[in-house]
Amino acid sequence: MAIANYLYLSAILFTIGAIGVVVRRNSIVVFMCIELMLNAANLAFVTFARINSNLEGQVIAFFTMVVAACEVVVGLAIIVTIYRSRRTASVDDASLLKR
Amino acid sequence: MQTSENLLWLIALPLFSSAILLLAGKRANSWGHVMGTIVSASTFTIGLVEFFAMQSRPEESRAVTQKLFTWISVGSFNVDASLLLDQLSICFVLLITGVGTLIHVYSIAYMSHDLDRRRFFAYLNLFIASMLLLVLGDSYLNLYVGWEGVGLASYLLIGFWNQKPAYATAAKKAFVANRVGDVGLSLAIMIAFATFGDVSFAGMKENVDQASSTQLTAIGLMLLLAACGKSAQFPLQSWLGDAMAGPTPVSALIHAATMVTAGVYLITRSNFVFDEAPIAQLMVLIIGGITLLFGAIIGTAKDDIKKALAASTMSQIGYMILATGLGPIGYAFAIMHLLTHGFFKASMFLGAGSVMHGMKDEVNMRKYGGIGKFMPITAITFGFGYLAIIGVPPFAGFYSKDKIIETAFNEGGMKGLALGLATLLGAMITAFYMTRVVILTFFGNERWGHKDEPHESPALMLIPIALLSVGSIASGYILSRGEALVHWLEPVVNPLKEHHEELLPPIVVSLMTLGVVAIGVTVAILKYRGVQADHAPEKVSVLTKAARRDLYQDDFNEATLMRPGQVLVRNLLNIDYLVIDGLVRSVGKVSVTAGNQLRTLQNGYVRSYALLMVIGALALITTIWMVTA
Repeated sequence: MAIANYLYLSAILFTIGAIGVVVRRNSIVVFMCIELMLNAANLAFVTFARINSNLEGQVIAFFTMVVAACEVVVGLAIIVTIYRSRRTASVDDASLLKR
Repeated sequence: MQTSENLLWLIALPLFSSAILLLAGKRANSWGHVMGTIVSASTFTIGLVEFFAMQSRPEESRAVTQKLFTWISVGSFNVDASLLLDQLSICFVLLITGVGTLIHVYSIAYMSHDLDRRRFFAYLNLFIASMLLLVLGDSYLNLYVGWEGVGLASYLLIGFWNQKPAYATAAKKAFVANRVGDVGLSLAIMIAFATFGDVSFAGMKENVDQASSTQLTAIGLMLLLAACGKSAQFPLQSWLGDAMAGPTPVSALIHAATMVTAGVYLITRSNFVFDEAPIAQLMVLIIGGITLLFGAIIGTAKDDIKKALAASTMSQIGYMILATGLGPIGYAFAIMHLLTHGFFKASMFLGAGSVMHGMKDEVNMRKYGGIGKFMPITAITFGFGYLAIIGVPPFAGFYSKDKIIETAFNEGGMKGLALGLATLLGAMITAFYMTRVVILTFFGNERWGHKDEPHESPALMLIPIALLSVGSIASGYILSRGEALVHWLEPVVNPLKEHHEELLPPIVVSLMTLGVVAIGVTVAILKYRGVQADHAPEKVSVLTKAARRDLYQDDFNEATLMRPGQVLVRNLLNIDYLVIDGLVRSVGKVSVTAGNQLRTLQNGYVRSYALLMVIGALALITTIWMVTA
């Protein structure tokens, strides 16, 4: 199996994630799409590490996971807080930071 | 050349006095006029001392200089602030300080009811200082300082009663008209510097043959423009009539005897330029001829006694300017007429002031009449001035004016004939309007209505008038006896290289002049003998109407200069508003509009931000891909 297929998969996953972020309103789904994009990037990193026969890409993938874990903590906390005060999880309702 | 240490005091004394009077304020009210007069008298004393010292020296070492300090020193260009007293400037020094002192004395009485008398004397002293600097400067640059100084003093004194808007406007008008002439003087100085690299009289005279005739003509024409501004010559003459808004002593000193003759001084001083520039000299003749008739015609129709005298001044200075255009011999006669005119015109102006003093500041001659009975001394002294100006022998004007007419005829050819006839015609009109002034003022029925009877002025006013009228009787004879003034001025205005052929013997010219003067006087007597009404007749000829409006000089200036100027200014203002300001405003408008448009991007929807980020990332990647591939 050609190694490039991993990269195609990564691109497809990233595109799905990006479209999800733009299209979906539910903040939990948007959040999951962001995770999808991060993991698509991770896949690309690992693939490139494989192609280049070194470990740097794999190391970065670990960093990304750590950052993603932190992000999940903070992001879910924000979503839950907004839901508590507004009784909604739609990202379009949280649009006060305009103009 | 000898040096002298006294010249500085001539200028410094009145300048200090003026500063003290202006700075001391009300404290000086009680003694300011006395100090001003004493200072003026001391300058006259210094002038006399210098004059007698000069007379006792041999002819070639009469001129003295005094270097005050180095004014400008740039590379090869050096201008010293230094003073030069020679045969020409001593004439002016004596005239300025002598007549000036008499007018100071007169002003003590004339201005005694004025609350601002101290300020008046401060300005008078400032004028004396500036005028002396003008005639004592040894270079055009030094002269220029005095030139501007007298312009300032003239402006301040015309507008002395500036609580009346018309008077303030008259002052402004004089200042603006003078400014046009001043541009001429500064241009002349610049051309002289470009040509000679030097602006001193001596330096330029020495190198005059190195300059091309074009350069000399340019300098000459610019100097003539300057003279036209200061001496109220055509086409810059319109300010002099309005300048009569100033107190009468000012009209006598500045606008009759001294400052307005500065143009004659300038041309005489620049004789070395004009002698080598025939075109400029011809222009001087033309300007002088036009103005002498112009002023005389205006003088025939003015009912304001001071304006009639002002028109006469304009005309007489026209005579002087014309004389300066006649070459080496003419300069001396111009200066002679200038000196005699200084006496008789100042005496008549002071006489007019005395009449106004007695008539509660009435200036309209139609409301005078029969004043001779009530003010005999004023009438007699005014009469002497009158006989002098119309040129009756043996009064002063006879000698000086006759010489000018004679020299004009002797110019020869069509030019001489035209100039001679112009001066003769001028003499006739002069006789006419001066007789008119005298008859309307001192003779005939009393037309002043129910006012109090006029009273003779105090002695402080009469004594200066009397002394000046002695001058208007005797000065002509003294100056022309044995051609005294001509020989005196020879070293300055070039010795008479060739003596002009006399086309007409002097006696014929004198008889012709006296003939036309007699005609003028007779016509005036017949016309104004029986004037009854206290107002000017309405139905008058076109020429009279024109003369009453100063031959439309103001209308002309308004139509050709003021209106186009206003249109120009208005258009420039519009261009400024639309183009310059428009550019600035549109820059602002673009920023605001762009800001408003871009603001809509900040809509607060997270998803649209995300979309923009995606689009941006895609655009970036595409660009990189396209560039590298």
